[in-house]
Amino acid sequence: MWTYNKILQYPINIKQTDPRLAKVIISQYGGPDGELAASLRYLSQRFGMPDQTAKAVLNDIGTEELAHLEMVGTIVHQLTKNASIEELEKAGLAPYYTDHGVDVYPVSAAGVPFTASYIAAKGDPIANLQEDLAAEQKARATYEKLIDLCRDNPDVLDPLKFLRQREIVHFQRFGETLRGIQDKLAEKKYYMNKMN
Amino acid sequence: MSVENEDRTCIPCIPEATLPTMQEAPRECKNEKQMKMLKEIKCLEFAIVELAEYLDTHPNDEKALCLHNKYCKELKEIKDIYQKIYGPLTINYPCNKWRWLEEPWPWEGGNK
Repeated sequence: MWTYNKILQYPINIKQTDPRLAKVIISQYGGPDGELAASLRYLSQRFGMPDQTAKAVLNDIGTEELAHLEMVGTIVHQLTKNASIEELEKAGLAPYYTDHGVDVYPVSAAGVPFTASYIAAKGDPIANLQEDLAAEQKARATYEKLIDLCRDNPDVLDPLKFLRQREIVHFQRFGETLRGIQDKLAEKKYYMNKMN
Repeated sequence: MSVENEDRTCIPCIPEATLPTMQEAPRECKNEKQMKMLKEIKCLEFAIVELAEYLDTHPNDEKALCLHNKYCKELKEIKDIYQKIYGPLTINYPCNKWRWLEEPWPWEGGNK
């Protein structure tokens, strides 16, 4: 189970409304390499892992991704807060506003709704961990593109830089986990009959 | 803590760059003490998450384990004081009045 902690993992205090940035940053909420996909991917893959390390790493990183989901949702919320209808229209958010108003709904930057295939739980520890390593790099790359797009807004830049750093640390942990499993699989196995 | 670990100045794979450098408290904030405590709580919460993930793949690192214990103890102490004054941060904190409803929430700038 989880217990909610009434703080953000990293402070977010956006003073300037900017729906154009919200439209692209929402990709890290509900896009293919976003935090919703990441958290559910890891938390779903936990169940089939063969060793203690892999279970713990997926559990703990999956949990941290939920805190990142909240951070990205907060950025989108604060960037659209008090935006006028004209500003939303100008940012290309009229279709989004029609269906979701000011809620934060999981879609990609291009408006594609979240889909369960992003979760990619394959039922194979090696395939899953390779998927996770790629996922962390893809999320890092996405954050770097967002950092380019948000270059003029330090209030947005700061939490995005933090989130990018976390992808790098998670990649490191998944690499160590994969190595552990591969080393174990490569060990010599001995099968013995009962001695008479 | 083992002797050979004592002269190590930093934990491998946790470069300083990954530790958060928190934003300065916004100017409009009236309560500096609350902001200071919150910053410390966030730093400790973060350090504990980072150490926990590190310990998952390095369970025998005595120095990391010591730090984890230290930060957990410090977090508990400061969180108890904070919640007593400014209201609960989790629903596990007992209070005489139901202060969980107090606004703003984190995404609205509360406990930032």
